[in-house]
Amino acid sequence: MERITSIADLEDLRNSIFAKRDPAMISIRLCNTGCRARKSVKVFESLEQEIREQGLERKVAVKRTGCQGFCEMGPVMVVEPENIFYCRVKPKDVAEIVAETVQAGNVVERLLWKDPDSGEPVVHERDIPYYKKQQKNISNSTGRIDPTEIEEYIAVGGYSALSKVLSTMQPAEVVDTVVASGLRGRGGGGFPTGLKWRLCAAAPGDVKYIIANGDEGDPGAFMDRSLMEGDPHSIIEGMIIGAYAIGAGQGFIYVREEYPIAIEHLSIAIRQAEECGLLGNNILGTGLNFSININKGAGAFVCGEETALMISIEGRSGTPRSRPPYPAIEGLFGKPSVLNNVESFGNITQILLNGADWYAGIGTVGSKGTKIFSLVGKVNNTGLVEVEMGTTLREIIFDIGGGIRNNRNFKAVQTGGPSGGCIPISKIDMPVDYDSLREAGAIMGSGGMIVMDETSCMVDVARYFLNFLLFESCGKCVPCREGMQQMHEILTNICEGRGEESDFDLLTELANFMTTSSLCGLGGTAGNPALSTIRYFRHEYEDHIHEKKCRAGVCKNLFTYAIDEELCNGCTLCAVKCPEEAVSGIKKEPHTIDTEKCIKCGICFSSCKQKAVVAV
Amino acid sequence: MSISRTRYDAVNRIFCDAIKDEAVKIPIIIDNRMVQIEQGTFIIEAAKKADIVIPTLCYHEAIKPYGACRLCMVEVVQNRQRRLVTSCNFPVEPGMEIFTDTPGVRKIRKTIVELLLARCPGVSLLQTMARQMGIDRPRLKKRNDKECILCGLCVRFCEESVGVGAIGLSNRGTDREVATPFKVASDVCIGCGSCTYICPTGCIEMLPDEKTPCLRSMKMEGHSCPSCSNNYQCDSCATDQEFLVEMRRVVSEFRNLAEKAPS
Repeated sequence: MERITSIADLEDLRNSIFAKRDPAMISIRLCNTGCRARKSVKVFESLEQEIREQGLERKVAVKRTGCQGFCEMGPVMVVEPENIFYCRVKPKDVAEIVAETVQAGNVVERLLWKDPDSGEPVVHERDIPYYKKQQKNISNSTGRIDPTEIEEYIAVGGYSALSKVLSTMQPAEVVDTVVASGLRGRGGGGFPTGLKWRLCAAAPGDVKYIIANGDEGDPGAFMDRSLMEGDPHSIIEGMIIGAYAIGAGQGFIYVREEYPIAIEHLSIAIRQAEECGLLGNNILGTGLNFSININKGAGAFVCGEETALMISIEGRSGTPRSRPPYPAIEGLFGKPSVLNNVESFGNITQILLNGADWYAGIGTVGSKGTKIFSLVGKVNNTGLVEVEMGTTLREIIFDIGGGIRNNRNFKAVQTGGPSGGCIPISKIDMPVDYDSLREAGAIMGSGGMIVMDETSCMVDVARYFLNFLLFESCGKCVPCREGMQQMHEILTNICEGRGEESDFDLLTELANFMTTSSLCGLGGTAGNPALSTIRYFRHEYEDHIHEKKCRAGVCKNLFTYAIDEELCNGCTLCAVKCPEEAVSGIKKEPHTIDTEKCIKCGICFSSCKQKAVVAV
Repeated sequence: MSISRTRYDAVNRIFCDAIKDEAVKIPIIIDNRMVQIEQGTFIIEAAKKADIVIPTLCYHEAIKPYGACRLCMVEVVQNRQRRLVTSCNFPVEPGMEIFTDTPGVRKIRKTIVELLLARCPGVSLLQTMARQMGIDRPRLKKRNDKECILCGLCVRFCEESVGVGAIGLSNRGTDREVATPFKVASDVCIGCGSCTYICPTGCIEMLPDEKTPCLRSMKMEGHSCPSCSNNYQCDSCATDQEFLVEMRRVVSEFRNLAEKAPS
């Protein structure tokens, strides 16, 4: 790749990429990141082989993209320019796709996505409700371009925000634009990004740093990961703009070691940007010097906290420190530093390209723009969704997410990861933004959404998240280390049937105490799961404590399995599957469970097609 | 949380008058008492000047503040905003009003002592503190029978004042503990005994070691001042000064020995 020495060169390169392209070429987009878990690599290999064997190399190009969002249906494949969407593609389907779609121009109907209600297949990606109801601004290129090719990014308008900034704007103007846009940090805290930049830009000192936080660690969250894997150049571009705005010469991207594809794609992107002269000395011939290092984290959740992350980059064990001094004044290596989430940097490019007014026009009063959520749990369409701030939970979970799995009922959604809160059905029409979530006792967090149905016990959920945080606490301050241990023990007691009435007060008191007195955000929000479940699901706690019953059938000491005689059709499936031979009965007649023998493994419960096995 | 406008204005007036008098130092109000102090001083130092005792377990004048025990939390009113901060590492600023003994602060301190007592039920310092705070019956289950409260004083003193760094805090969360690297006998420990001295619960012991026999004869051996009777005024504390002199002597002796030793 030749070095780009001026802004005009960049535009020439963009035009030459378009000129080289053959408009008649068929392009097949195949997810090569998240869908690897469902063997998309094998699909890719078969596809390459088939195309070679059929001699179609000049007619078809296979593009290995980042996450296309619809993870439930992976591996997903889109044939362009017709925009035909195939899902759950297996290597053996490849020959048919090549013969039918590529050569004959027909649609392979059995691989299309089918509407679960009507059973009607939908041909085009753009017509699928899952995609139709989203507003993809930040994650638009993820899933459309090959993240390992800088030309692909430049072709979709990449680095044009940078050239606009470097050619027409002063650093202070950039900061003002970001402030005016109303962008709030996407990592969880929701602090206005522009104000952070303004503070750091005004801080005295020649050496400043800019850091991208890619240490995503919430259970069930993968939006930062998909952005780093699928569109690494947008993060790099956002960081260069940030560096120009605050006067930083060095940037760091902190990624956890558990994200090997993200590290690989970011490394390739940085190398390519350096070769092109988009990183390094004299960027685009404007005299701007900036380089980026990748720092691999060892996977401690607490290192997502900004001061702990900086200490970790410095090479010490990641424990948070008190603020002040704030990182914008005294951060990494004691120098003024700005730390933003990778998704925030993804937003920066859009803001500078389209203007602050455009951005401020999207979203709600206090929360601007769009937000990527990872929709997981007991929902039909799991995956990544990007929606405008202020979209209601119902739209996200039911319209986009397709409702709850196995026709069960919605019980709660946990937003904001382990430090967030559980929101019940009564708040399903709540518009999602920073302030409404906080009011409901949850947080935006980095944007995880775990949907739960009636088979989830809310006391157990609170215990699970507390257990996660207890394991991830750094142990520096007393409230987090000791308080959480006590809370966890109380919740475990309740789940095991040893709960007492006084536990309510003690749990609430400890949770509130941790909120006010913890050193960092981890301890400060750790009480949320317990507080929100007590607030909205107090009856479940009461059932556990007074009745010694877990109605959801999760806490093993507090329920027994039984078979509903009216529903059981005597198929014997449960009797065959039971490892303890606790189920007995005659074929085609209702069965019974011997509670003495039953170990409550739940195999009968999950295998019964009649839903005759119930937890009582 | 906010305070009334009248009170805010009244406080502001007092500050404006005081700033005129004092050019270098700034006035702050602690528990309704005016103190003149240099800007950027930590609240705990300012409190000392006003003879106000703020309890703490991880603070020592000789080393950098750490903010881990959270016992020194106080309420700060600034720009009409009321918030809780740790006094050991929060710098004073003009126009700040500080309350060290509000119901909210007392409740936090009480909970911290309760939590620490559940971890270390046998530590007499914590038992005394609990008695003073009126904790008669423990509400929390005893979890452990440890003696270390993980205040990090020994680790920080070894690193910052002694300049050795023989011990550190290893592991994470509930497994966090004070240990030498990889839990093997340290080859950098000079046996100065600072850690045994500074430990507020007295849980570090000195044992004779063949490696550094000549440096074990410290006058201060076994000496410790767990609950400070001098309100952490280390500058005027005879015990502390004696210790620092001794500690420096031991360290310099060790350094001299190391320089003379053939490498």
